Amino acid sequence: MTRPSPETLAHALERQRAAGKASGAGVHGGAASGGAATEPSPPAVLTGAQSLVKSLEALEVEVIFGIPGGAVLPAYDPLFDSKVRHILVRHEQGAGHAATGYAQASGKVGVCMATSGPGATNLVTPIADAYMDSVPLVAITGQVPSSSIGSDAFQEADIQGITLPITKHNFLVRSGNDIPRTLAEAFHLASTGRPGPVLVDIPKDVLQSQTTFSWPPTLDLPGYRPTLHPHGKQIREAARLIQAAKRPVLYVGGGVLKAQATPALLELAELTGIPVLTTLMARGAFPDSHAQHLGMPGMHGSVPAVYALQRSDLLIALGARFDDRVTGKLDSFAPDAQVIHADIDPAEIGKNRHADVPIVGDARHVIEELITALRPAANDLAFPEWWQTLNGLRERYPMGWEDPVDGTLAPQFVIKRLGEIAGPDAIYCAGVGQHQMWASQFIKYEKPGTWLNSGGLGTMGYAVPAAMGAKVAKPEAVVWAVDGDGCFQMTNQELATCALEGIPIKVAVINNGNLGMVRQWQTLFYNERYSNTDLGTHKHRIPDFVKLAEALGCIGLRCESTADVEKVIEQAMSINDAPVVIDFVVGKDAMVWPMVAAGTSNDEIMFARGVRPVFDEDDI
Amino acid sequence: MSKHTLSVLVENKPGVLARVAGLFSRRGFNIDSLAVGETEHPEVSRITVVVNAEDSPLEQVTKQLNKLVNVLKIVELEPATSVQRELLLVKVRADRPIRSQVLETVQLFRARVVDVAADALTIEATGTAEKLDALLRDLEPYGIKEMVQSGMVAIGRGSRAITASPALRVAA
Repeated sequence: MTRPSPETLAHALERQRAAGKASGAGVHGGAASGGAATEPSPPAVLTGAQSLVKSLEALEVEVIFGIPGGAVLPAYDPLFDSKVRHILVRHEQGAGHAATGYAQASGKVGVCMATSGPGATNLVTPIADAYMDSVPLVAITGQVPSSSIGSDAFQEADIQGITLPITKHNFLVRSGNDIPRTLAEAFHLASTGRPGPVLVDIPKDVLQSQTTFSWPPTLDLPGYRPTLHPHGKQIREAARLIQAAKRPVLYVGGGVLKAQATPALLELAELTGIPVLTTLMARGAFPDSHAQHLGMPGMHGSVPAVYALQRSDLLIALGARFDDRVTGKLDSFAPDAQVIHADIDPAEIGKNRHADVPIVGDARHVIEELITALRPAANDLAFPEWWQTLNGLRERYPMGWEDPVDGTLAPQFVIKRLGEIAGPDAIYCAGVGQHQMWASQFIKYEKPGTWLNSGGLGTMGYAVPAAMGAKVAKPEAVVWAVDGDGCFQMTNQELATCALEGIPIKVAVINNGNLGMVRQWQTLFYNERYSNTDLGTHKHRIPDFVKLAEALGCIGLRCESTADVEKVIEQAMSINDAPVVIDFVVGKDAMVWPMVAAGTSNDEIMFARGVRPVFDEDDI
Repeated sequence: MSKHTLSVLVENKPGVLARVAGLFSRRGFNIDSLAVGETEHPEVSRITVVVNAEDSPLEQVTKQLNKLVNVLKIVELEPATSVQRELLLVKVRADRPIRSQVLETVQLFRARVVDVAADALTIEATGTAEKLDALLRDLEPYGIKEMVQSGMVAIGRGSRAITASPALRVAA
C-alpha cells in the first residue's frame, strides 16, 4: 500500500480547517497520522450499505442531495437512521448543482447520490459543471448487480465510462470491503490539489453484501501527488520580474478562492500596489470596493480591466487558466506581456499561453512566498504612470447602462439595487446568460464565497439548485438566485424541495421573455433574425411565474416598474420562512456591455453598441 | 510533427488502459502504436505509446496523463538512448520455385520461419519499425497474404531502470 505524502494529507486538513471545520479532515489526516479526529473503530460486521453510511458519517458529511431508486435502494435504508441529512430533490441535476452550491459556499466537499442508469446520467451535467469549475464534489451512484453489468440490464448505464472525461477520478467498487477506503479516497481526491468531482459507482450486490467496517482506512493512491509548495527559484524569478515591471497586473482566478488565499492576496496587492483583476470565477476574491480593483476581464469585462491585460508588460496569473472568454483571440492577447503563471495544476501552465515563469503550487503558498520575497523591495515598487492611465480609463469608461427607450424596466437597475439592498454578506447565485453577466458587473462582491455561478461549462439552470445548496451550507446567510426566465424554467422544480425542506432561498427572475444572451447575439451578428429565442413568457405569460412559485410552495411576487423595484426587494428580504420568487418583468432589448465579440481580439472591445473606447496615443 | 515514444507506468487495475487511450483521443492525438504489459512489479503495468505530435502539444498531453490518478510515471524514450522493438508476423506466398529466395530474405533480416505450408511461409521478425518496413518491402514482390504487427515496446539503454525511481513508490 502506498499512502499520499504527509504534505498532501495535511493539505486536506488545512483546507477543511480554513473552511471553518476544526476537526474536518479527520479521516484524511487520520489515515496518515493515526486518527486525529475520528476515533479509530474496530472491524464490525455489517452490510456494504451500512458501511457506506458509516463511512459518510466518519467523513463528517452533513448533507446529501439525492433521489433513491432500484439499484441504490439498499443505501437508503441505513441512511434513514443516520445523522447525515438527506435532502430529497426533484431531479438528479438539482442534486448535483445543490452539492456544488454547498461546496462553493462552504469550501467543504458536496455530496450527491442517485440510482443507476437515468439517475446517474442525470448527474452528468452537474458533474461536468463541477469539473470545469474545479468544485470538490463526490457523486455516489447505485449500479446494477455485478453479475448483470454489461448485459444491458434494466436501468444499466456505464456511468464510470460516461464520466471518465468529466471527473477528476471515478471508481467502480467491486467489493464491500473496499467501500470505506474508496469513500475516503474519493473525498481526499475531490478536496485536495486542484479540487474536482469524483464519482463512486457501487453495484447493488456490493451494497447488500456482508462486509466489515473499520476506520480510518489507509489511502492507496500512489499516482496522486499534487504539488503544493512552489519552487523557491521560481518565486525569486517571479519577484525579479515584478520588480522590473512597469505595467504589471494581478490576474486572479478561481484558484485563489479555492486555496482560501484572499487575505494573502489583499496583502500582496497592497504591498506591491499592482492593479487587480478578478475573473468570473474569482469575483469576491478581492473586494470590489478596493481602489486597486479594476473589475472583471474578458468578453464582458470592464474596459480598464481588458485594457490592463492588453497593455500589460507583466501578467501575474494566480489560479487562473487563460480561458478563451478572458483572452479573446489568443494571438493578440496581451502582446507585450511576460507571464508569471501560478497554478496548482501543472497542465494549466503553458496550455493556452506560454509562461515565462511557471510556478506550480497552491495559490495561498505561492502568494505568501511572493510576499516574503517582495517585502524587502516593496518601497521601490510604484507604478504611477500605469495607474494614471488606468484611472483615466476608469473615469471615462465606468460600468453603466442606458435606460430602455421603450420605458421598460432596466434589468441592470434591478440587479444593481438587489445587490445594494441585500448587501455584501448575501450569497448570490446566477444562471447563465445576460443576467449572469449583469450580476457579475453590477453587484459589488466584497467577500469570498458570495458569488456562485457556472463559469466554465455555462450550465443554464444552475442558479436555483446551487442557491439551495448554498443556503443549506450557510443557513444564516441571505441567499439570492439571480436567474433568467430561460434558466429558471430548466430547474425551478427544486423550489418544491426548498419549500418542503425549509430552505428559504430568494429568486430574482430577470424575465425578459427571451433567451436573452442568444437574442443579443442575433441582434448583433444575425441581422436581428430572432430564431427560436422568444420564450413566450412575456407575450403569453406562460408560465406565470407568480402562480408557478405559489404552486411550488413559495411566495410569488411581481415587479414591472422601476418605481416598485426597491419595495418588492425589501418585501422579499422580509420573508424568512419560505422561498420567495420575484418575477421582474424587464425589457427584452437590454444588452450586456462592454463586449469583446467571440473570436476577436480584446483590442476590439466595444464599450457600448457602436462605441469603441478611445485610448489616448500615450496609452498605447 | 515527429514521433515520440512514451513509457507510461500505471497501476495494474481494470479500466486504466481506457483512461489513457481515452485521454489521447479526447485531446485530439492519434496513437500510432500501443502496447501494454506487466512489469517486474505485479501491481504496475507499462503502456508504451507512440504518438505523432509537436513538442508543445506533447508536453500538454503528458501533463494531462500525469493527472490521471492511476498513472504513476511517464518517461519519454529517445531512439538514440533506448532499444525499441516491434514484432511482425507475415504470411508470404512461397511456392517451390521461389521458396529459396524468400528464405534468403528471411535470413538476411535475421527473421524466422514459424509455419510452413505447401505454398506459403509464415515469418516472424522483430526489430525497429524501419527494419520491419524494409523486410516487408523485400517480401512484397512475392505476395503478402496476411500480416499482423504488435505495438512497439521500448526500454532505456544502460543499467538504470525507470521502475526503480523513488517517485514510483510501489513498495508493497
